[in-house]
Amino acid sequence: MNAAIILFPGSNREGDVFRALKAHGAPKIVWHGESELPEGTDLVVLPGGFSYGDYLRCGAIAAHAPIMAAVRAHAERGGLVLGICNGFQILVEFGLLPGALMRNAQLRFICRMQHIRVERSDTEFAAQYKQGQAIKVAIAHGEGNYTADAETIARLEGDGRVAFRYCDAHGKLAKSANPNGSINAIAGIYSERFNVLGLMPHPENLIDPLVGGIDGRGLFASLAAG
Amino acid sequence: MFLEKPSLLEEPAITPDLVAAHGLKPDEYERILALIGRAPTFTELGIFSAMWNEHCSYKSSRLHLRALPTKAPWVIQGPGENAGVIDIGGGDACVFKMESHNHPSYIEPFQGAATGVGGILRDVFTMGARPVACLNLLRFGAPEHPKTRHLVAGVVAGIGSYGNSFGVPTVGGSTAFHTGYDGNILVNAMAVGIARADEIFYAKATGVGNPIVYLGSKTGRDGIHGATMASASFEADAEAKRPTVQVGDPFTEKLLLEACLELMRTGAVIAIQDMGAAGLTSSAVEMGAKGDLGIELDLDAVPCRETGMSAYEMLLSESQERMLMVLDPAREAQAKAAFVKWGLDFAVIGKTTDTLRFVVRHRGEIKADLPIKQLGDAAPLYDRPHVATPAREAIDPADAQAPISNAEALLRLIATPDLCSKRWIYEQYDTLILGNSVETPGGDAAVIRLGDGPKGLALTTDVTARYCEADPKEGGRQAVAEAWRNLTAVGALPRAVTDNLNFGNPERPEIMGQLVGCLEGIGEACRALDFPIVSGNVSLYNESSGRAIPPTPSIGGVGVVDDVSRTATIAFRRPGEDILLVGATQGWLGQSLYLREICGREEGAPPPVDLAEEKRNGDFVRTLIRTGEVCTVHDISDGGLAVALSEMAAVGGVGAAVEAPENIAAHAFWFGEDQARYIVATAPERTGAILAAAESAGVACRRLGETGGPTLTLGGETAILLSDLVGNFEEWLPDYMAGAV
Repeated sequence: MNAAIILFPGSNREGDVFRALKAHGAPKIVWHGESELPEGTDLVVLPGGFSYGDYLRCGAIAAHAPIMAAVRAHAERGGLVLGICNGFQILVEFGLLPGALMRNAQLRFICRMQHIRVERSDTEFAAQYKQGQAIKVAIAHGEGNYTADAETIARLEGDGRVAFRYCDAHGKLAKSANPNGSINAIAGIYSERFNVLGLMPHPENLIDPLVGGIDGRGLFASLAAG
Repeated sequence: MFLEKPSLLEEPAITPDLVAAHGLKPDEYERILALIGRAPTFTELGIFSAMWNEHCSYKSSRLHLRALPTKAPWVIQGPGENAGVIDIGGGDACVFKMESHNHPSYIEPFQGAATGVGGILRDVFTMGARPVACLNLLRFGAPEHPKTRHLVAGVVAGIGSYGNSFGVPTVGGSTAFHTGYDGNILVNAMAVGIARADEIFYAKATGVGNPIVYLGSKTGRDGIHGATMASASFEADAEAKRPTVQVGDPFTEKLLLEACLELMRTGAVIAIQDMGAAGLTSSAVEMGAKGDLGIELDLDAVPCRETGMSAYEMLLSESQERMLMVLDPAREAQAKAAFVKWGLDFAVIGKTTDTLRFVVRHRGEIKADLPIKQLGDAAPLYDRPHVATPAREAIDPADAQAPISNAEALLRLIATPDLCSKRWIYEQYDTLILGNSVETPGGDAAVIRLGDGPKGLALTTDVTARYCEADPKEGGRQAVAEAWRNLTAVGALPRAVTDNLNFGNPERPEIMGQLVGCLEGIGEACRALDFPIVSGNVSLYNESSGRAIPPTPSIGGVGVVDDVSRTATIAFRRPGEDILLVGATQGWLGQSLYLREICGREEGAPPPVDLAEEKRNGDFVRTLIRTGEVCTVHDISDGGLAVALSEMAAVGGVGAAVEAPENIAAHAFWFGEDQARYIVATAPERTGAILAAAESAGVACRRLGETGGPTLTLGGETAILLSDLVGNFEEWLPDYMAGAV
């Protein structure tokens, strides 16, 4: 798989996702100021971090970076795009995914291990998981409280575009298992064609039995197998 | 059009009041006159104030710091550089340091704490290391003090905001509360980085006529006289000093990191120094003085974000995210390209000379012309009078028993501010970024893997101020021993220390006595435990309205783990394991948390530290972990044995039943804070061999009981439900921060 990781000034989990993808072929790092993706790119990754410091709305400035036009063209061709954490925020600012990510409900940054439920496994991102499976991932964000207008939520739910929901270790949804107040416990969503995924959690930090566990591997293995 | 304030450009006359306002004593001013043979200019007075304050000159502590052990075969760089450096094998070096941002954090907690983290990260990457972990040590006032909640919220958010955005995991720390910090909190930040052992960068300038380059953010009017402020005690006017606090920009610092490391790889960097305390002045003077060179600066070339800044302001500004480098002139263009790529300022603002003078030009005038060596080396050095802290009596356990059961006392203790879970704090820090956090907060020490392993580092910050206050020397020994023990308890070989000495006003003999006593104890322990001090920071004048903080010499410890898959954690893992106590128990209740929190008495002598026993017991436990005999270990410290057991049970979700011996009062056995002790859990078939090995090593070791069940049972006491333990442990801090306590 040919993956391209976009590096914005202020990105800081590019190395983490590089490591997760490395097992499936060396990803390329692409500077935000470029205007083209590398030839033959299958997957574009927008990594976590604080692009441009996120002093404005998170992701708002990165959405205007020169490389983003090429990312849009790639998505329109049906190419795969994965936005993790800040990358998810950039994708909603850029308009490739609907909705917005607000300040966490408790108004604090939160970092911990968290379970999410795989809502469907018939996508290129989640084929190696089972539908309904609870997987352990890391979360680390201050603005992960997903929201959208009622019509958008109804469409996302109706089209089965919710990728992951925050849940407890047994896959049950509960207020106490929702770390940031996201509507319908949404942790990640797909685009209409299911080729763009944005999610707040960090599956790239769960690839090693010594460091938390390996529940995150499935996402990268799914992409590589697809 | 922007009108310049005349007062900023007109230089005031040098009067005794102005000298005093710069924190310089009359005799220090006399020394300046003798040194330069004339009255200083206003700019020069500012420079002396910046260089000769306590924060930069260590004038009260230097004499005593000299006695600390700083050498070992694995020490690459000891104190005196931006950070300490040790060899960790395989061609790798670990670069680390701890530094305080106490005063700024009290005045403006969010920015004060954030810039504390930013400053210490710069110290580490200035040396060519990529930061891999941050830790901190925080001391707040009494929870009921009206400012405490606001300070906790601001400091924690500030630390988080900087580290999280910069992209380094904050993996450990220590937080405690005491009324002694009501008017003067402590915020000590530690950063740890990794570099190749043969690619370390230093602050020492070389070569005459080489360009001095300014890098990073622009200079503004923030933080002027920050170092001088940090060298004075607080009066009621602390709020008015808010403008001396800097404002942090972790985004720029992240760019600065990447640009600096990129530049260092080109071989263009001859010397590098971050602009920290006392800004441009201190960094330029240190680079020149260390290299026996003069420095000439042209302030017209300094990138400023405000117009009309005077030489005085530019030299003393503590604007953040700035660096000074001496570059190889042949590679200037290459160096500039790296910085322009990252969108950072790059300006040649001066050159090295052979005059040994620090010369500053601005708008066609010479604003300062001073002998550079004397600014640093000839700073005043004081042998301040000191008196020893009077010894306190040991407490007889029979005189210190609360009228409640030990089970009840335990449930109360683990819900106290110092012993309760700090989850509310550490969940605001990104502990997981970089994907190498093997052990995150909540255990004895943090463990991070280096690269793809198997090697790793163990990291901890410790000090028990109430011990230091009762007996500075014993407290100093204990702080080092505790850090060493925490590293040992995860299976690491403790290697070196960074210290952050937080004390009151050294001009008071009893405070100076605390400093001298603590340093004596620290030195002794570091020598005995092969644990040299390679970097550090001294923070004096931690007083408000004449009241000093408890003496708090923070110890940051670094240990090396050969294989991160062979480490121990505190969690009981399964039922049916034997619980063993390593180390001897006398039942020492003096200065214990049981005595303070349950009996309401802050009294007595602190527990003595037998350094030979520490070493023996620790080496024994480390071997058990490294040979895979045990993987559940917890050191026993604040709150004693019962608190340690309850943490092991709560974290692991596995209960335990343990018995106390007959010959010690039960409450003293459960809550005494005797040193050099660990609890380990092991499969019962291994117990016999471990007890025999302990005996032949001269290590006290006895079986306490076994793991299992949903309760923790202390001897004949009522069984405590794990759910009650966890509830009490977890609830205090979130409730307090929500205003519900």
